Amino acid sequence: MPAKRITKTPMRTRDAKLRATDFVEVNIGYKAEHAIFEAERCLRCQQPPCTDGCPVHIPIPELLHEVAAGNMEKAVDILRTANPLPAVCGRVCPQEEQCENNCHMAKQYLPVGIGYLERFIADWERSQPKKKKPKPPQRPQKVAVIGAGPAGLVCAGDLARLGYPVTVFEGLHAPGGVLRYGIPEFRLPKDILDWEIELLKDMGVEIVCNVIVGKTFKLDDLFDKMGFSAVFIGTGAGLPSFLGIPGENLNGVYSANEFLTRINLMQSYDFPNTDTPLYVGERVAVIGAGNTAMDSVRSALRMGSKEGMIVYRRTEKEMTARQEEYEHAIEEGIQFRWLTNPIEIIGDEDGWVTGLKCLKMELGEPDASGRARPIAIKGSEFIIPVENVILSIGTSPNPLLVNTTPGLETNNKGCLVLEANKPQTSRKRVYAGGDAVTGAATVILAAGAGKDAATSIHADLMADLAEK
Amino acid sequence: MAKIIEKRILTPVTKLFRIEAPMIATSARPGQFVIVRVREGGERIPLTIADFDAKSGTVTIVVQEVGVTSRLLGALEVGENLLDILGPLGEPAHIPPGGHVIGVGGGFGAAALWCLMKELKARGDKTTIILGARQQDLLILTDELREACDALELCTDDGSVGFKGLVTQRLQQIMDGDGLGKPNHVIAIGPMPMMRAIANTTSGTDIATQVSMDPLMIDGTGMCGCCRVSVGGKTKFACVDGPLFDANLVDFDEAVKRNKIYVKKEKIAAERQQKHLCERTSS
Ligand SMILES: Cc1cc2nc3c(=O)[nH]c(=O)nc-3n(C[C@H](O)[C@H](O)[C@H](O)COP(=O)(O)OP(=O)(O)OC[C@H]3O[C@@H](n4cnc5c(N)ncnc54)[C@H](O)[C@@H]3O)c2cc1C
Ligand SMILES: Cc1cc2nc3c(=O)[nH]c(=O)nc-3n(C[C@H](O)[C@H](O)[C@H](O)COP(=O)(O)OP(=O)(O)OC[C@H]3O[C@@H](n4cnc5c(N)ncnc54)[C@H](O)[C@@H]3O)c2cc1C
Ligand code: SF4
Ligand code: SF4
Ligand code: FES
Repeated sequence: MPAKRITKTPMRTRDAKLRATDFVEVNIGYKAEHAIFEAERCLRCQQPPCTDGCPVHIPIPELLHEVAAGNMEKAVDILRTANPLPAVCGRVCPQEEQCENNCHMAKQYLPVGIGYLERFIADWERSQPKKKKPKPPQRPQKVAVIGAGPAGLVCAGDLARLGYPVTVFEGLHAPGGVLRYGIPEFRLPKDILDWEIELLKDMGVEIVCNVIVGKTFKLDDLFDKMGFSAVFIGTGAGLPSFLGIPGENLNGVYSANEFLTRINLMQSYDFPNTDTPLYVGERVAVIGAGNTAMDSVRSALRMGSKEGMIVYRRTEKEMTARQEEYEHAIEEGIQFRWLTNPIEIIGDEDGWVTGLKCLKMELGEPDASGRARPIAIKGSEFIIPVENVILSIGTSPNPLLVNTTPGLETNNKGCLVLEANKPQTSRKRVYAGGDAVTGAATVILAAGAGKDAATSIHADLMADLAEK
Repeated sequence: MAKIIEKRILTPVTKLFRIEAPMIATSARPGQFVIVRVREGGERIPLTIADFDAKSGTVTIVVQEVGVTSRLLGALEVGENLLDILGPLGEPAHIPPGGHVIGVGGGFGAAALWCLMKELKARGDKTTIILGARQQDLLILTDELREACDALELCTDDGSVGFKGLVTQRLQQIMDGDGLGKPNHVIAIGPMPMMRAIANTTSGTDIATQVSMDPLMIDGTGMCGCCRVSVGGKTKFACVDGPLFDANLVDFDEAVKRNKIYVKKEKIAAERQQKHLCERTSS
């Protein structure tokens, strides 16, 4: 093994105190010299385990080789071919569990900063003048995509590249899915998302917002009335769960979706320059410990609350949020109440939240998921005084489309069921991918599913043409 | 973008708009609503579909100016565009056919009854509308509603026209048998206190009663839970499960409180809007 630096080139971040009061991106990014320096750490493994760990199999050693050599343009080409949303994934992928977790270097030292490098390459691309690519000849069959989240956008992009006229129908007034309404500006600036979406439009993808398929028209209308030959469903898992504890409808209780949508999609951080208000009190408790919970509690600080805390009935070990987000949250002063189970939200007579009643928990035997089961400690009830409670305990697929479309099979969690060997639903020429199929997962898995579906749609439509 | 084809000023603060929205007009059913946004950075606000016409591809909405967004909307003119319009949202009204349906409307509720009662009458139901307002000039769409039902009953607080008194009193008279025939179904759309009073009026009878809840909303598709109302002890999302709910199961107390969440913030926004208007007119 040649001598390599054992530590990862650190990401530059904005000062924790300063950044906790605004929505400017936390991570600043590598400079070119950092990137080259870091890329040189890669061992260029023969059968790269990092690539195996990446859901879209980016050829990481080749990619990093180009970066190390300063060939950024080549790097961009390699990256784009494998991952159509590199600027997004380089920022929000759980790298530490995927590519970087597998990195050979991680066995003894710190892994190569693959995510940071991916981000750097994508940002470099954005700093260059846009390249106009010739449009491929247009094919006769049109494809419709439902939902403009990462799954739908990537599927649309790949199909457009293959020459299919593609129309994406999105329910909200702006495309992006969770990338638009959920993940906050300080982790994923919206101008990056806008830039990626512009790229898709340049390729010929048409995006029609303000259409909720199932209500505005039915899925079958796409085939019968509108002349589409195939449909991809990328409607995500946007239905928020509630705990079912007393007090959940008090004023000041939000689902994380509502809280984050107000801030991100509706830009209430800029109220009253924008019109949508958000109410945050001095003290905010967020229930749950995933990425959404971390985003909510850190957003609450930025919206002006003095104390933000995570309340979670298990421990740090079972937390599902990304390590980096957790560390950033700690730096920003977020408190963590582990082994604390909320049982009631307390309010005053006008209906406003005043506190969160909780039980202390201890860990017992492992449950079906293999995680230690938290057990309530008798008589350990106590009240945390707060003005806001944000529920971030998971989401499931929105049943709206399934309820209005005959023949779409779902499992007991409301997720669309696919055929064993391809991403087609129980309906012919209706494909699906992303959170609508898996339940809440990750951006890169959604993007990968969109890509696979595009490949499958292309194969089936070619076969249809040949049959005619 | 959706173009405004027609505008009518119904009262100084109530405006009717007919809007070009062919896809919505084709799918709309009585009882459903749309969500509109007027400007960049603007709020999404829900408005009932007052009428729709698939042939001309238009939907009609009636907006009562109460705050920033409804005022911005109210100021738009024919030829201008709504930035966004999404719909039709919510569950359409489901009323078993063949009975006597009384629609009770107050405020913009009058508009919401329009296409609903028209359809019920067309399919052969016996239809009565009770429309209430403080005084005569606040009653809206009376010509349209008279045509949309078999009997239009007007009520005013000051007796300037029709029955002097509340819509609930008039409803009680009809229920007690004053010749119009007892209703099988009552559907009330209007301010929360009115809907609550109607619920109390029919409670304990076998008259199926529905109210159209108007909680705060954002997406209107079941994604945020902002619109939740307690119905029979269960949490429902008004945008997908409603907006029509069984009047006797709705927790009105909670609904009233929840609609006040942003009162202070809305004041800030309204004051700011007022200031801008003044600056614009004075410069
Ligand atoms: C707050 C938050 C933070 C997250 N952080 C991370 C992270 O750091 N890293 C990571 O990898 N993942 C993260 N995730 C998860 C990730 O964002 C999702 O897994 C991913 O966005 C799923 O993509 P999708 O395309 O399947 O669905 P979505 O992104 O949910 O997009 C679905 C789109 O479909 C639209 N739609 C739904 N129904 C209809 C209909 N009937 N008609 C028309 N349009 C419709 C919706 O409006 C939406 O725009 C996070 C999620 C949240 C909520
Ligand atoms: C399903 C549904 C259908 C609706 N249909 C219509 C309609 O056809 N015509 C119409 O004019 N309005 C209708 N509304 C109400 C309308 O959406 C609100 O009036 C509007 O959102 C107010 O926005 P604003 O920015 O103008 O006022 P804001 O600044 O948001 O509010 C101004 C004042 O009005 C109060 N207010 C706001 N929203 C509501 C509400 N939903 N109920 C009671 N008080 C409220 C606020 O507390 C505040 O005091 C409907 C609401 C729902 C949920
Ligand atoms: S897409 Fe995600 S998993 Fe794949 S290389 Fe990039 S950061 Fe790693
Ligand atoms: S596993 Fe690590 S060292 Fe090996 S090729 Fe991948 S990034 Fe380079
Ligand atoms: S308005 Fe968001 S769920 Fe109903």
